[in-house]
Amino acid sequence: MAPHDLRRPFKRRPISDQQKRRDLSLLRQSQHRSDAQQRARNLASSVISLQSSSSPDVDPETLSEPMPDVDTTGHESEASSFDIRQASSLRGPEARKWFASQLMLPEWMIDVPENLSRDWYVLARPAGKRCFVVSADGTTVSRLRNGSVLHHFPSALPGGARKKGVSGPAQSYSILDCIFHEADQTYYVIDMVCWRGYSLYECTAEFRFFWLQSKLDETGACGPPSFYHKFRFSVVPFYNCDQSGLHSAYTGSLPYVKDGLLFYNKHAHYHTGNTPLVLIWKDERCSQYVIDTDNNGQVPSQQHIVLELQDDGKIVTSDDPPVVVNCLNADFIKQSGLSPGSLVRFAIGDGGLNCVDGKFEKADLQYISVSNRARAFADSYSKIMFQYMARHSPLKAEDLASVISQENQQDKLPEVEMSD
Amino acid sequence: KLVAMEVTQLLLNAQSIDGTVRKHAEENLKLFQSQNLAGFLLSLAGELANDEKPVDSRKLAGLVLKNALDAKEQHRKYELVQRWLSLDMATKTQIRAFLLKTLSSPVPDVRSTASQVIAKVAGIELPQNQWPELVGSLLSNIHQLPAHVKQATLETLGYLCEEVSPDVVEQEHVNKILTAVVQGMNAAEGNNDVRLAATRALYMALGFAQANFNNDMERDYIMRVVCEATLSPEVKIRQAAFECLVSIASTYYEKLAHYMQDIFNITAKAVREDDESVALQAIEFWSSICDEEIDILEEYGGEFTGDSDVPCFYFTKQALPALVPLLLETLLKQEEDQDLDEGAWNIAMAGGTCLGLVARAVGDDIVPHVMPFIEEKISKPDWREREAATYAFGSILEGPSPDKLMTIVNAALTFMLNALTKDPSNHVKDTTAWTLGRIFEFLHGSTIETPIITQANCQQIITVLIQTMKDAPNVAEKACGALYFLAQGYEDIGPNSPLTPFFQEIIQSLLAVAHREDATESRLRTAAYEALNEVVRCSTDETSAMVLQLVPVIMLELHNTLEGEKLSSDEREKQNELQGLLCGCLQVIIQKLGSEPTKYVFMQHADQMMGLFLRVFGCKSATAHEEAMLAIGALAYAAGPDFAKYMPEFYKYLEMGLQNFEEYQVCAVTVGVIGDICRALEDKILPYCDGIMTQLLKDLSSNQLHRSVKPPIFSCFGDIALAIGENFEKYINYSMPMLQSAAELSAHASGADDEMTEYTNSLRNGILEAYSGIFQGFKNSPKTQLLIPYAPHILQFLDSIYMEKDMDEVVMKTAIGVLGDLADTLGSHVGGLIQQSVSSKEFLNECLSSDDHTIKEAAEWAKHAITRAISV
Repeated sequence: MAPHDLRRPFKRRPISDQQKRRDLSLLRQSQHRSDAQQRARNLASSVISLQSSSSPDVDPETLSEPMPDVDTTGHESEASSFDIRQASSLRGPEARKWFASQLMLPEWMIDVPENLSRDWYVLARPAGKRCFVVSADGTTVSRLRNGSVLHHFPSALPGGARKKGVSGPAQSYSILDCIFHEADQTYYVIDMVCWRGYSLYECTAEFRFFWLQSKLDETGACGPPSFYHKFRFSVVPFYNCDQSGLHSAYTGSLPYVKDGLLFYNKHAHYHTGNTPLVLIWKDERCSQYVIDTDNNGQVPSQQHIVLELQDDGKIVTSDDPPVVVNCLNADFIKQSGLSPGSLVRFAIGDGGLNCVDGKFEKADLQYISVSNRARAFADSYSKIMFQYMARHSPLKAEDLASVISQENQQDKLPEVEMSD
Repeated sequence: KLVAMEVTQLLLNAQSIDGTVRKHAEENLKLFQSQNLAGFLLSLAGELANDEKPVDSRKLAGLVLKNALDAKEQHRKYELVQRWLSLDMATKTQIRAFLLKTLSSPVPDVRSTASQVIAKVAGIELPQNQWPELVGSLLSNIHQLPAHVKQATLETLGYLCEEVSPDVVEQEHVNKILTAVVQGMNAAEGNNDVRLAATRALYMALGFAQANFNNDMERDYIMRVVCEATLSPEVKIRQAAFECLVSIASTYYEKLAHYMQDIFNITAKAVREDDESVALQAIEFWSSICDEEIDILEEYGGEFTGDSDVPCFYFTKQALPALVPLLLETLLKQEEDQDLDEGAWNIAMAGGTCLGLVARAVGDDIVPHVMPFIEEKISKPDWREREAATYAFGSILEGPSPDKLMTIVNAALTFMLNALTKDPSNHVKDTTAWTLGRIFEFLHGSTIETPIITQANCQQIITVLIQTMKDAPNVAEKACGALYFLAQGYEDIGPNSPLTPFFQEIIQSLLAVAHREDATESRLRTAAYEALNEVVRCSTDETSAMVLQLVPVIMLELHNTLEGEKLSSDEREKQNELQGLLCGCLQVIIQKLGSEPTKYVFMQHADQMMGLFLRVFGCKSATAHEEAMLAIGALAYAAGPDFAKYMPEFYKYLEMGLQNFEEYQVCAVTVGVIGDICRALEDKILPYCDGIMTQLLKDLSSNQLHRSVKPPIFSCFGDIALAIGENFEKYINYSMPMLQSAAELSAHASGADDEMTEYTNSLRNGILEAYSGIFQGFKNSPKTQLLIPYAPHILQFLDSIYMEKDMDEVVMKTAIGVLGDLADTLGSHVGGLIQQSVSSKEFLNECLSSDDHTIKEAAEWAKHAITRAISV
């Protein structure tokens, strides 16, 4: 039995560079395997099936419909499923339609919802372009409501830049609902749709906002721009919609230019398309753009609206189901070169609008033209009405405040009695 | 049948100087063995036991016998064991008797050979409960035996302990063995050969002494005898006794508190006064204590929390005031040219290494004990003092906090840079360059608050390092190492690296070093390419144009190595090594440039590069093959679907790699690269899948292939299934049963040791990744139903690994993902089954509340998929 060798490494690294290369390769391979798995899984998880995507003449109405709820019903559509990343590779009108249908669109506030102070958040909407920001595969893409790319950039969002040691696994992707504010080149985040591959579509606004606040900052995305992080992200401050919350949102000083107030029902899920559970409200004090402008940026003397022409000659709003505003006769349609699906611009004449229970009794419409091609949607009922009210009898900030204070008194009353 | 005389002649002829005679004899031995194994082994044992036969034939008989019982390769060993067990009992009994008889032979070599053969037989038979009387018969009258027989018996006991696992020897026998061994070591034993054999036997038997070390009296006795043996007048006994102490330090760390004062005195005396062979063991004792304490402190975050099995006794910390001076003294005992000799190991090297471990074990506390020594000696005229001071400094850089070291290091930096250029001693420069490397390794990087390297000194540091790279090969090698860590410190520097202004110069200098005529000395060329790789890895986009320029340069070098002139085998070996280094370098560059925005320009080199890699496969070098294969994997990832054009030519090398059982690293790397290619080509890999799958299935069934390659092969099934989707159908009938039997094996292979548990978990992970890939690949296919029959078993597998409670986080994540994949793909067909499984309840809940967000994420996914599957 010979003595045992007790030599230890001397002036040497414990791991050779060859071993390091081997280890790095294994790491890369297992990450990529994990990525591939994740991609396969995401095809089902967050994901929205694009019905009849192959047929060229898609009815815009189908697109503005809320998507079938894949997650809970278990009935996947026979049509091909898309996840957001596949959708990112869509081009042209298909992409526009797909993305247009993915954002949650607020209705305009034409009357004050119940329990505003208990069930709703309020936040000051930054002025700017509403967009989807998707970070995945080492890059970040922002797309406007019409599906066109606004920026393609590296960010500190999960998977948002090609950089070693970025937070979180490479396979995960995130989707934020943002407004890009030109003046300070900042993406103001108003909602979180997916985070690290985990879908928040089915979560309440309360949870999404909580998640947004706690998670976004961790990534460093709120930090100043750097090489791997081209634009700063910032969470829009949101408040419980009580007196002080409303006051803060309405009058508070913020780093961005405001464009109205957004109201979110705390219990609402992220619902693609128009929803009455998110509301937008504006007045002159908190927005430069209360009354719509025309193509030249001027406020026209008459209110303009855009409606969609149906097969039967009815002109309707973008709501689901659509609200019929009026009916065009076949000769006029032919003469003006309109076809079913056309978006048509009208002015509201002196006869004005008359509504009962969300339906138009009377509408004095004057035909202007076929709408700008970039537009994906007709106006919604609530928008038409809000604009109409803004010109005639607006819903004022004081009205909101007084509704809240009435609610508070109702809440407080029984308490007083009990303590007596 | 051969008679005994003929066997003797054959064995002697087999050692003849005459090649023909030798070859003839070897063939005859083989023939004999194949015709009559029992007779063959019996005559070998008879030859070994026969004192009238020549020593040479007896020794070879023993050796052949030994080789008939054991082999290095696992599968061969298994065959030999089975072969021995199937021999008839009469033959085995006779062989055993011959072997035991040989222990009394007057010829020492023959006795020793017999000892080893007996241990091999015991290694086979004791676990089968055969030859139960062996230990008893060895020990029966050990006290009455003549010294030489006693010596052989003790040696046999030592080998036996090395050969068999403690759990197959009854405690009663263990006690007898230890008693005999420790008595043999005792000072009362007058015969040094016996005492030495006993001491060496104890070294082997320590693993058996668990129960005895738990008993205070028995432990005291063993420790006293071992300590006494370290004072024996016979140097070999002292050395063997210290070896026992070293082994005790790691095996019975927690039992040592009571003996540490005595052991310190013994080791200090040995380090200062004894023969170097003994002094080295004495230092190793302290290195082992440090190893233990570093492990304990790492595991428990520095504090003894009460829930650890082994508390830290802080032996090193307590010994510090005496131990450090002892080690510092050794540093002055350098050998003149130790840095030029790869195999050198002496007391100064061991002392410095130990000092480094002490620093890691005690942290800040070491600094005040070492600083006076450094300050006193760093400028002395004698190179030994300067080198010792520098070596001490370099040794303590890992362990103490940066805060503690920062001022000292800043003060020393200028001195060091100066020494590198001006010191006349090669030895001092070698150690100085190494110390600079250590400074950069531990005190330079994004985690360090106050940087050592600043705008003010960066230029000077780089200039000095580049200058030093022109020094003697051993010094230049250390300078390359320092540059490696200098670059590594800027790994996550962001867009602007302070190295950018020097980038071109650094690259050119490293290439110049690699081209030095003496670059093959002192590993210099390897160090140069390693530094080059790290500089490239840590480079930023600012310098990507320069990295791009490096591509044709490295390719040309690789091309030159392939232009084969006739080379000597030594030259060819060096050539192959260089090919490996160049392929490695290209691999690093591919990973750097193979993505946006450099990808497009870089990929213009792809065809040519691929051509070179394919030629590397034509050379016979495992390392070069492995490196080329890894580089190709990286290239496939960068090329994506375009990689398809290389497949027709590359495929045969892929197949070759999968068939390389011998150099299993090549096989393992090839399996990984198939995964890369699957992800790059997706369904375009289909035409090659028949071949690949056939080879992978063969690999799995082979018992020659190293077991570590099997888990990645399973993962690779998943990669293929995910790439080709329902086309995987035709492999289902082959792959599923393999997965199933491997799953059964790995579900309950609750390993006795950590290594086994680790392997079991990697196997489980591979199997689970295969299932995930297959399920996801078949999703939305009408052929999904083919998988339904396998669902019960897979769920059972998930349940059983959950119940075993020994899976690691990786397996946990993969396992819960498989549950989701199964639900997702098979949906309502398996809703009922899933609801019955433990996995869908306890396991899922456990994962949902995991702190690890990747596990949680996978669990959320599984929950989601299950909800859908059972709601229909």
